Amino acid sequence: MNQRELPEHPDFLWANPEPKRSYDVVIVGAGGHGLATAYYLASKHGITNVAVLERGWIAGGNMARNTTIIRSNYLWDESAAIYEHSLKLWENLEEELGYDVFFSQRGVLNLAHTLQDVRDSVRRVEANRLNGVDAEWVDPQQVKELCPIINVGDDIRYPVMGGTYQPRAGIAKHDWVAWGYARRASELGVDIIQNCEVTGFVIDGGRVTGVETSRGRINAGKVALCAAGHTSVLSELAGFRVPIQSHPLQALVSELHEIIHPTVVMSNHVHVYVSQAHKGELVMGAGIDSYNGYGQRGSFHVIEHQMSAAVELFPAFSRAHLLRTWGGIVDVTMDASPVMGRSPVDGMYVNCGWGTGGFKAVPGAGFAYAHTIATDEPHELNRGFGLDRFVSGALIDEHGAAAVAH
Amino acid sequence: MLIIDCPNCGPRPETEYGYGGQAHVAYPEDPHALTDEEWAQYLFYRDNPKGDYAERWVHSAGCRKWFNAVRDTRTYEISAVYRTGETRSETQKGA
Repeated sequence: MNQRELPEHPDFLWANPEPKRSYDVVIVGAGGHGLATAYYLASKHGITNVAVLERGWIAGGNMARNTTIIRSNYLWDESAAIYEHSLKLWENLEEELGYDVFFSQRGVLNLAHTLQDVRDSVRRVEANRLNGVDAEWVDPQQVKELCPIINVGDDIRYPVMGGTYQPRAGIAKHDWVAWGYARRASELGVDIIQNCEVTGFVIDGGRVTGVETSRGRINAGKVALCAAGHTSVLSELAGFRVPIQSHPLQALVSELHEIIHPTVVMSNHVHVYVSQAHKGELVMGAGIDSYNGYGQRGSFHVIEHQMSAAVELFPAFSRAHLLRTWGGIVDVTMDASPVMGRSPVDGMYVNCGWGTGGFKAVPGAGFAYAHTIATDEPHELNRGFGLDRFVSGALIDEHGAAAVAH
Repeated sequence: MLIIDCPNCGPRPETEYGYGGQAHVAYPEDPHALTDEEWAQYLFYRDNPKGDYAERWVHSAGCRKWFNAVRDTRTYEISAVYRTGETRSETQKGA
């Protein structure tokens, strides 16, 4: 299919039922993670008496605001395992869901601009290969061949000294991913309930038995949080803290252009990441705003900073016009790795802390979280990501190690 | 961009400042007495409210001093700034 042709906008693909009095599992948050979790609970574990409660509309938070990069080239074993499992699920997702998600394995280049970048990148390539993740080191000329619009000259402030390349990485269309999961989950009997804000939890003797919502009390055998940047607000209502800080993360798109950018380029050092969406917008992002914030917007100097990096790397972008900028609320942990597992409240589970990288994890996180909820035990994929690691000290420190600083 | 009112230098753009996270997190009085769970709370857990937040900023490109601010994390509006060592209530009457 021509990259710029999309099928017609789909009709509504899921039911909008009234909430029932009770469910076996209530998932709080109908973003990518919540919807995927519901789908895998129903399809892999036969648990279909499930509600996904959403304060706004489905996939209207970070799922609608991310830059859709999918890759699994993380440094540490635990991260490589869950992100690689996720990537494998992405590779079969359209077939599994019977729905286009426009998963395009156009590869991801992570550029190195300093000697230390080069050392770290080569180390990460070796670690990736040991973990069965496709990765290669490419020199500046190979970078130029993979992405001809990059300036690999040595007359810029931070010349390109090479990069790592993961050919199986890529992008997908975020809305369609959410719709695909919602459609299949709904078909399997899951109730997706929008405009239903959770305002409290019913806890009896240390065990959760339901949720209070803007549409009344809903009893629940188990409650699973999937609320990204708002997880702290919810966990406070349940009486415990989660080790996350919520920050604005901004992204932007240009006007539509001819298809000029064949891959995904990320640069940790000058700090920008860029791909070109199917329709032709250049999609860019960078780091989080420094301060805590729930405002879904950030400060403009962060945009200026990433644009200056982008224009130096891609001189052709200097004539592009900025169309739109926005922000999401990302949930950042101290070790830049997610939190998934049981919570201090019996029957209640947490999935948060995915920070700036949650989109790529949607299938893998949903898969592992569904297992955790169904069996009350973590899956092998998320055993290392429990809250207990902050007590034991067994952190999974992906800060800077995971190819881009969070 | 935020305009932050440094207690020493007055209002300056956010790019002159560094962010220091939650204010008033004291080093444990008796570190040896802490359990692993308490250490985890001290090292890795911070409040993350949706609303007023007492936080630290450093005026890196100005007086280079740390100070505290109370900022609403929904609107980003700063309602008070006060020097390190002062308490929030001394500065922010009735807030």
